[in-house]
Amino acid sequence: MNELLIKNGFVYDPLNRINGEIIDIAICDGKIVKEVKNGKSIDASGMVVMPGGVDIHSHIAGAKVNAARLLRPEDHYKDVEPKTALTRSGVGYSIPSTFTTGYRYARMGWTTVMEPAMPPLKAKHTHEELNDTPMVDKGAYPLLGNNWFVLEYLRAKMYDECAAFVAWMMNATKGYAIKLVNPGGLEAWGFGRNVRDIDDPVPNFDITPREIIQGLCKVNQLLNLPHTIHVHINNLGKPGNYVTTLETMKCVENLASDNKPIMHLTHCQFSAFAGEDWRTFKSASDEIAEYVNSHSHVTLDMGQIIFTHTTTMTADGPFQFTLYQITGNKWVNNDVETETSSGIVPFQYKRKNYVHATQWTIGLELALQIKDPWKIFLTTDHPNAGPFTAYPKIIAWLMSRKAREEVMKKINKKTRRKALLSTIDREYSLYEIVISTRAGQAKSLGLKNKGHLGVGADADISIYDLNPNETNLADNPKTIAHAFKNAAYTIKDGEIVVKDGEVVKPVSGRTYWVNMKAESNTLEIEPELKRAFERYYTVKYENYLVPQNFSDHQTPLTVKAKIKL
Amino acid sequence: MTLVKNVTCPICGTLCDDLELEVEGNSIIDVRNACAISEAKFLNFNDPKHRNMKPLARKDGELIEVSLEEAIERSARILAEASYPILYGWSCTSCQAIRVGIELAEEVGGVIDNTSTVCHGPSILSIQNVGIPTCTLGQIRHRADLIVYWASDPYSAHPRHIERYTSFSDGRFQESEWEHYVARLRGILGKKRISRASARVLMHEISIPAITGLKLPPKFETKKRKLIVVDVRKTRSAEIADFFIQVEPNKDFELLQALRLLVKDEDLEVDKVGGVPVDLLEDVADTLISCNFGVFFFGVGLTMSAGKHQNIDAAIALTKDLNYRTKFAIIPMRGHFNVAGANIVSTWQTGYPFAVDFSHNYPRYNPGETSVVDILQRDETDASLIIASDPVSNFPRSAVQNLVKNPMIAIDPVISPTTIMADVVIPSAFVGIEAEGTAYRMDRVPLPMKKVVEPPKICLTDEEILQRILLQVRRIKQTGGKA
Repeated sequence: MNELLIKNGFVYDPLNRINGEIIDIAICDGKIVKEVKNGKSIDASGMVVMPGGVDIHSHIAGAKVNAARLLRPEDHYKDVEPKTALTRSGVGYSIPSTFTTGYRYARMGWTTVMEPAMPPLKAKHTHEELNDTPMVDKGAYPLLGNNWFVLEYLRAKMYDECAAFVAWMMNATKGYAIKLVNPGGLEAWGFGRNVRDIDDPVPNFDITPREIIQGLCKVNQLLNLPHTIHVHINNLGKPGNYVTTLETMKCVENLASDNKPIMHLTHCQFSAFAGEDWRTFKSASDEIAEYVNSHSHVTLDMGQIIFTHTTTMTADGPFQFTLYQITGNKWVNNDVETETSSGIVPFQYKRKNYVHATQWTIGLELALQIKDPWKIFLTTDHPNAGPFTAYPKIIAWLMSRKAREEVMKKINKKTRRKALLSTIDREYSLYEIVISTRAGQAKSLGLKNKGHLGVGADADISIYDLNPNETNLADNPKTIAHAFKNAAYTIKDGEIVVKDGEVVKPVSGRTYWVNMKAESNTLEIEPELKRAFERYYTVKYENYLVPQNFSDHQTPLTVKAKIKL
Repeated sequence: MTLVKNVTCPICGTLCDDLELEVEGNSIIDVRNACAISEAKFLNFNDPKHRNMKPLARKDGELIEVSLEEAIERSARILAEASYPILYGWSCTSCQAIRVGIELAEEVGGVIDNTSTVCHGPSILSIQNVGIPTCTLGQIRHRADLIVYWASDPYSAHPRHIERYTSFSDGRFQESEWEHYVARLRGILGKKRISRASARVLMHEISIPAITGLKLPPKFETKKRKLIVVDVRKTRSAEIADFFIQVEPNKDFELLQALRLLVKDEDLEVDKVGGVPVDLLEDVADTLISCNFGVFFFGVGLTMSAGKHQNIDAAIALTKDLNYRTKFAIIPMRGHFNVAGANIVSTWQTGYPFAVDFSHNYPRYNPGETSVVDILQRDETDASLIIASDPVSNFPRSAVQNLVKNPMIAIDPVISPTTIMADVVIPSAFVGIEAEGTAYRMDRVPLPMKKVVEPPKICLTDEEILQRILLQVRRIKQTGGKA
């Protein structure tokens, strides 16, 4: 038996309503238990203890992340990680190599990270990279919003068949959640076009983005998947797109019941733009926040801008083409047959640029105006708005008005004059930060053993050298950022893997996927699927599937669908 | 007899995955759906004439048989004692083996480089300069109505490329041109016959319309799915094309830049570029703009002729320009079946696709400095491990001289000039026939390689061999050199 006791720390565990009380946390064989008798102990007095960080949306592995690594040697040259006796070497900065990605997350106290865009045809690639990403538990969302099978089933309103297909897809790709990126728009991009709004029909397919979003939302409910649909809206990154965002949220309103979220709208900062063009561009955070405050069927994440050099990469090919046109930077586009597209453009967010500075305010305005921290989570859409290594800085911005004002002094003057952010007083408490970076994200993902410290939970814990009783955190943002940058301890499955910001024990981490449990095979889609497969793909059906033993540490989560498959 | 279906072919970057093998006992007796190159490999891979079947080590100048343990131990010692070893090859093995290879290179502080350093290395440098608009091959099958093979000859080098992914494949929005091609071929043959008869009877020949010439052929504009080949000579692929543009050798860069100007509606104040009349180029530019979905496939003819990566810069820039007017993609025709995988694994583990130097304990990349041919020509290395490739017959002579004068380990299923010159030879199993693993197609789609028959007992997989060398290297380093 492998036992560990964390003593005397200020414990933050919002899912169990524990707010900074001094409680001992007992661990046995990787799980949190009531008590332990012997074994090692950690003295956490004067420190905060919380569940390990969870990241609902971070591009860390797979075809386009790797294409970006290849594209940008200049991103790596100045940020290297030498090999040590325990750890592998690697490089950063905005698109770190796989080992470095794992170590850097663990050093900050993060223990679960989700890769949000897996082209199903290249699922094996994503899994091979996740297999080489140590320290954290992982999962990946297959891109389904432009898949021909999905479009055809939904056009014919065959929701049960579509659900059976998605269930098959989760198994075939070892996927975790349904991801939609610019639904319909990427199919149009196959011929260099796009859709204008959620009611603009997809060329050649006679279906609208609205029908795709609603359809997959229904499918998600039928399958009882642990996470909601994960949506990157149409018109992302365009001035005036907040209207599309509102329509996207509204279009599934009547599918919601019992105040349960049914849609996650990701990197919302990029979808909260008002104005008609870049000249008249402004924040629409108040419109979005107002809607979210009065509805409970959506959750969001921030996609917070960091002023730095980074690499933008999304499955949204047409959006990336626009970024290429704006910047003139090098541009990668990679369309994937029958499924999706993707694009990559290096990008620099500049403080003195009106649009970039305003984007910086939008992310924070959303997080501060949406009252319920269970509805909006901290992310940078790594690496699109900035690398994940900036999380400690964002935590400081959320917790300290002083920290925000320090940045405000340096940003574009027009933004400073206009920004709503300067009028917002709210400062997150540590308890709210834990919701935003752990509990809320785990809850939204439906990971029942993550994001809390109750008995039975996975012993993924982070301990930071931060004393909320002695220090007024809001007045000392640097203390906050410093503490979150280097975890005093990161504990993964009951083992101390990081101490004082250094990796002391490399571990592999699992890869979660959803294993749909079928009661009976009343819906036999497989023969038809196999027939169509030959026409749609250039690979064989059998060779498309990711076998269960494809990579180490595959961990299926069994899910029972509401319908018979 | 058993029929093994959906086998992925371990030959070229086309990575056809629809092969069917008839297996009896432990041998393959028939191959279906394969091209001639593939069939020859599957039926003859085990020929003792060219198969490595024994671990060998050089003693007193002679390669003599040793135990596998000894070969591994000798290899580990060579690598552990070297100060700047190179680990080269990787394009004909699985990603799983490449993973271990990178760990080994990191452990011994060496340089790991793959064969793209001498083929599509310039393409990678270009992508790092300007990016690349590309797509998977299925997009071409479904959508492309204009296909251009530039300085590549798929008919000979990637025999099923045209049939599986381009002109002769059926897609959702495009139909196969196969029947049109057969009809045209019949027409040409008929005309040839008439021409011969007419020469005999009437004493003068009837001309046959050429597919190359000073202007595009009639009806070209209205043809649904067009195939153009650009090359320095009339290749087999050129013969099946709707139009063939013959460019003067080493003039590809000029031709590409000329097309860029024309696509941007600029004037060209010369009559010819690279031997091609500007008048014709104007029509070609118009063809490029007016397609719905076009694609360039380019081969080593572009990457390794004068200009090297600048040719690719120009080709990619042209593709990017065309995306302002229509949809256009560009795809390098990768050679070895897993050369794309070698780049991919190297990139996710180290950040760089080839020529990765671990001598500073972290990955460094500077092609020209850290690429093996340059290291060898500067005579900076003192040992090498060569796997799944044959640099002795392919590298420049001065590089090979410096390669063979230092201890060299060769891991290969077959006998090659490299294994003959090596100091330690470790026989391995054929990936895709006797060993499984992952490989990446030229469009970076991952495919499983199958194990169809058992390898000879002495032949471990590349992955196992490398694991054992790595283990032994660590043991040697821990004990300070004592066994």
